[in-house]
Amino acid sequence: MNRPTIRAWQVGAVLWAALAIPPVRHALESTMTMQMLVQILLLALSGWWLARAVPPRLGRHLASWDRSGISGLLLASLTGLVWMLPRMLDAALDEPVIELAKFLSVPVLMGAPIALSWPRAGFVVRGVVLTELTATAFRLGWMYLISPVRLCSNYLLDDQQQLGRCLLAIGAAIVLVLAWKLMWGHADVGDGHRGNSRAGPE
Amino acid sequence: MSVLRTLLASLLILAAGVATLAAATDGFRAFTSETARRVDVRAHPRALPAVPLQTAGGQITSAAALRGRWLLVEFIYTRCMTYCSVQGGEFARLQRELAAPIAADKVVLVSVSFDPGRDGPAQLADYQRRFGDDGEGWIAVRPTSERDLAALMRVFGTTAVPDGLGGFVHNAAIAVVDPAGRLVAIMDWNDPDGAARYVMRRLAP
Repeated sequence: MNRPTIRAWQVGAVLWAALAIPPVRHALESTMTMQMLVQILLLALSGWWLARAVPPRLGRHLASWDRSGISGLLLASLTGLVWMLPRMLDAALDEPVIELAKFLSVPVLMGAPIALSWPRAGFVVRGVVLTELTATAFRLGWMYLISPVRLCSNYLLDDQQQLGRCLLAIGAAIVLVLAWKLMWGHADVGDGHRGNSRAGPE
Repeated sequence: MSVLRTLLASLLILAAGVATLAAATDGFRAFTSETARRVDVRAHPRALPAVPLQTAGGQITSAAALRGRWLLVEFIYTRCMTYCSVQGGEFARLQRELAAPIAADKVVLVSVSFDPGRDGPAQLADYQRRFGDDGEGWIAVRPTSERDLAALMRVFGTTAVPDGLGGFVHNAAIAVVDPAGRLVAIMDWNDPDGAARYVMRRLAP
């Protein structure tokens, strides 16, 4: 009966280590689409799980600086923004330092903050984040799709357009899911599970 | 209390984020690595590595041996059917346009193959002939080892990606090397006039 002893953060650590294995890394960086939509998302997911290892005391302390999850989600958004720059996708392949920065910053500054802050976020904050996420997927997808020049020196043009199509599809999927939830789901207006101090105007 | 702390934390995060983005884009100028290499080269000229280069005639030369002249450098592979086929034509045009400084031994055009395994002297000579080389001031060369090739491509910021059809996709450009042997500018591959102007302006006293 080993199962109950496996902790979420251990899963995160294993996932992170697996992503760092050179053949896995190279496979996931072989196309622009894989790097941005698979590798970076899995790195964020590993951070999401690793965040379970944050001790409750530290968690409470962080929460007092993170009303409605705003600080954490801002940190995650900005980190995501950096790793959306075509230049960074290129540099991660060419420069080991940047690759290391990606492997550290995406889990720690993006995945983990989302895990900690999302439950604290209310309807408005979640709405803002999801709207911006959708808009970014459409903007970026459209840009990649119509750009006649390669934005990454390491990747081919049709790969870039493929990423553009995937981003448009993701944007559309988010919109559909949200529309579904708003119409037929129970709209989670208000609180996550750590419901302290969030009665305010949100 | 937690409102103020959150505000403070968010402002700090925002400031750090904007600073990071600024650093990652050279002050919001370079969002792609291609722009970044151009911005960087202009700000910090790069010395070329002293690697041997074999010419279409079979002789060995080097960046050091070419010092004292302005070099206009393009990276090619001779089987290329896309960019380089136009690049070669542009270089032939540059050769005519810059005939005077070439005759004065002030300018040399250099086509460097990044596929030295397939591009021997014969292929390089054929490449030049195909595009109408008039024999003056244009050399086609290949590095003599993979290590030299890597060093050269690193300094120039040239990337060649296999296109899956036996060829390469590469960030074609015209690189300008000054008489001191430093890479000082990178121009669009389809703007030979811009490259010619750049050199002429600096040659004129």
